[in-house]
Amino acid sequence: MRYLPLTADDRQQMLGVIGAKSIDDLFIDVPEAARIKHTFDLPPHQGELEVERALSAMAAKNTSAGSVPFFVGCGAYKHHVPASVDHLIQRSEFLTSYTPYQPEISQGTLQYLFEFQTQVALLTGMDVANASMYDGSTACGEAVQMAHRVTRRNKALLSGNLHPHYRAVIETSARFAGDGVVALDAAPTSAEDIAGRIDDDTSCVVVQYPDFFGNVRDLTDIAAAAHAQGALMIVAIPEIISMGALKTPGEMGADIVVAEGQSIGNALNFGGPYVGLFATRQKYVRQMPGRLAGETVDADGKRGYVLTLSTREQHIRREKATSNICTNSGLCCLAFTIHLALLGEKGFTRLAALNHESAIKLADALSAVPGADVLTPAFFNEFTVRTPKPAAQVIEALAEKGVLGGVPASRLMPDDKSVSDLIIVAATEVNTDADRAAYAAALTEVLS
Amino acid sequence: MSSKTTFTGHRGLDHEEQLIFERGREGACGVDLPEPDGVASRLGGLERKGAVGLPGLSEPEVVRHFVRMSQKNYAIDAGFYPLGSCTMKHNPRLNEKMARLPGFADVHPLQPQSTVPGALELMHELARWLMELTGMPAVAMSPKAGAHGELCGIMAMRAALEARGEAATRTRILVPESAHGTNPATAAACGFTVDAIPATDEGRVDLAAFEAKLGPDVAGIMLTNPNTCGLFERDIRKIADAVHEAGGYFYCDGANFNAIVGRVKPGDLGVDAMHINLHKTFSTPHGGGGPGAGPVVFSDALAPFAPLPYVVSDAKGLRLVEDDASSDATPFGRMVAFHGQMGMFVRALSYMMSHGSDGLRQVAEDAVLNANYVLETLKSEMTASFEGPCMHEALFDDRFLKGTGIETLDFAKAMIDEGYHPMTVYFPLVVHGAMLIEPTETESKETLDEFIGCMLDLAKAAKAGDTQRFKNAPELTPRRRLDETTAARNPVLRWTPPAPAQAAE
Repeated sequence: MRYLPLTADDRQQMLGVIGAKSIDDLFIDVPEAARIKHTFDLPPHQGELEVERALSAMAAKNTSAGSVPFFVGCGAYKHHVPASVDHLIQRSEFLTSYTPYQPEISQGTLQYLFEFQTQVALLTGMDVANASMYDGSTACGEAVQMAHRVTRRNKALLSGNLHPHYRAVIETSARFAGDGVVALDAAPTSAEDIAGRIDDDTSCVVVQYPDFFGNVRDLTDIAAAAHAQGALMIVAIPEIISMGALKTPGEMGADIVVAEGQSIGNALNFGGPYVGLFATRQKYVRQMPGRLAGETVDADGKRGYVLTLSTREQHIRREKATSNICTNSGLCCLAFTIHLALLGEKGFTRLAALNHESAIKLADALSAVPGADVLTPAFFNEFTVRTPKPAAQVIEALAEKGVLGGVPASRLMPDDKSVSDLIIVAATEVNTDADRAAYAAALTEVLS
Repeated sequence: MSSKTTFTGHRGLDHEEQLIFERGREGACGVDLPEPDGVASRLGGLERKGAVGLPGLSEPEVVRHFVRMSQKNYAIDAGFYPLGSCTMKHNPRLNEKMARLPGFADVHPLQPQSTVPGALELMHELARWLMELTGMPAVAMSPKAGAHGELCGIMAMRAALEARGEAATRTRILVPESAHGTNPATAAACGFTVDAIPATDEGRVDLAAFEAKLGPDVAGIMLTNPNTCGLFERDIRKIADAVHEAGGYFYCDGANFNAIVGRVKPGDLGVDAMHINLHKTFSTPHGGGGPGAGPVVFSDALAPFAPLPYVVSDAKGLRLVEDDASSDATPFGRMVAFHGQMGMFVRALSYMMSHGSDGLRQVAEDAVLNANYVLETLKSEMTASFEGPCMHEALFDDRFLKGTGIETLDFAKAMIDEGYHPMTVYFPLVVHGAMLIEPTETESKETLDEFIGCMLDLAKAAKAGDTQRFKNAPELTPRRRLDETTAARNPVLRWTPPAPAQAAE
């Protein structure tokens, strides 16, 4: 057992020092009936080679995104991550360190968290950001809870074009919150319709940007309508690279911006771990959930960093804490910080432009396929296609031809029959002309 | 520290490192991306106007920046981390290698299920290990951290109460004083009122106080076992039976599962829900504060309410159930967008398979043996808070420092100068000036003996009046004690560009 250093001799000696006859003496407080005597229905230990063999065999059964023309999005995106990102996050001093509660020996972690917070604030056009959340969807759920605390109002108005899973996460936490937070049943989609439903019990409006179907729309009017009624506007951004090309939610009047940061520095990982981004206005800082790194000085007057404003947190405030969250996505936000540092201003805006062009080219290629209809006039790197056949069948047929062609909207909105013929398609910088041609050709065959 | 000053501010290998925003130049870039073709944009007139404000640096500059920062961190690969309740153990690199296989790392959560049978198999297999080790019939895989798992368990309790028509009347959750701060925060986030149960002089739940609090308005209890004093709750069966008899549910905080894995099945203790911190018991790395993963095991009573999504195995093979309509059960909802922390699942299963059923039992035995060895050997100079054997962590308090003017925090900071990460201090709250030491099973007797020697030397120095050693500590670190009060009073949470110099009039 290569991970366990104690030898049989060590164990005997240590038991002797303790004054115990056997290890069982140390489990004396466990009720006799609960002490396991039998063996478990699990295999015995295996060497490194055997474990590698077994897990590699499992992995080999999956079709990896990099092995096929790949166009799947809806909140997670395939991008190229530079080799140095993964190398750096695997450095022992980052990978195997603990939460930086002892700042004198954690300045590395604390400084990158401070840099991460700055990057997120800049990208979203907001004043401040926290040191990350579990992912975009849970950040969105927390944002609604925060709006409830800030406004002391009960109703969250959710745009119909919000990611259905984000909606579900909000509804779950609202349903159990117990103090009246409710997510409205209505799912308005137009700016006028959203604005018209805000009333004096509305704590917040939650809109997605670009929206679930890929549409890019100005949110200024919604923000104005929300503010006129004393409500907050929460903007959710599942594809953060869009911020290299688009006007920021901050400029459009957002009060809280949440985003999925997976696109920068992090792999697809079948859904996690990801990195939730959370930014807000300075005046709401003390209502913000999650961990925060702050600048200060040490006993010699040198600049340094610490975790701060912990009086909002569960380990101090217990049942009065702003949330029960007690962690962040440390290593994932490190990957984000490194990748964005590598990109810099020029790389980030260029990456966004390449994503947008890739999507335009794909939209044009798919528009030319008989029967396919691109529905999204303005988009970033994701758009919606209507097909004459049920979308789920089309996607399966494409997969059989070796093309992963997007997400059938019905997978996420099974109750809504009106979307059964819609495919949500994402393109990124990793797609080549050959990938796009392969998609168009395969779709032509599937629809013919 | 040597008082020699340098021209650069660097001290040998210890470089001062500016913020990334204070470096670089416009136009520099650390990645090579092709020039866009210049296709007319379709952004609906919402093009970004101004610059983002990011610095431009080359790849070697960025690499050096982060390598230098890494060198300012303590880490388990660099030294012993005796952090009680946090469980800092060896992180095998095999786990990292497995998690990076393209078949796991490079698959999308929404690509067709037919293209990811291996990913579903991995989730199913990990679930099987967790259910077998805990003796529980169901598991929710999606919670993304321990505290998120608590939320999942309490939501399932609430859903079950709703199904019984008692959600409106059962509004109180009992939480022992020694519980993690997340426990009361979780109960409150689910709309329950929190009622604290005091601890006995033996560091365990006061059974009489607990029984006195039971009533028709009690939804359940949240208990940590082994508890945060490092002790096994001897009366756990009685507690479980009493709470069930009163119509409530029993949530167990499973953060300390590595003390009993392979030796005790929580299912035999009457638990209804328990989260498992994969990073603690199953070695996925802490990563400077995350990500974690907190799958929750459920009893038969709560299993039907487990959240979406989940993997089922039927005649057609493995399948992911993602919505209510295709579920045979009554899931309480969805907690995350996708399927949970797949990257952590791979690492945890890799660790479990490496240990096997035999090795996991040894994990608990060695974790408990190491902690008791530390407890026994430090007792002579430090004050143990409670009598009797401990589980995987040993609790001391500040009584041995009485009259020295040295506080627990000073003692902890002095450990840093000796090359150790401090133990957990001031927690649990039930003892004054707490010092909670958890060696874990991956430390050798040699390492423990060196550590014990250091702790005894420090304790003796404190009692001998060597106060400056403690009050000035740490002195040998890249930064000395940091001013946390000012940081909180006047929070500076981001870098802001310096104001442009005023043009001379």
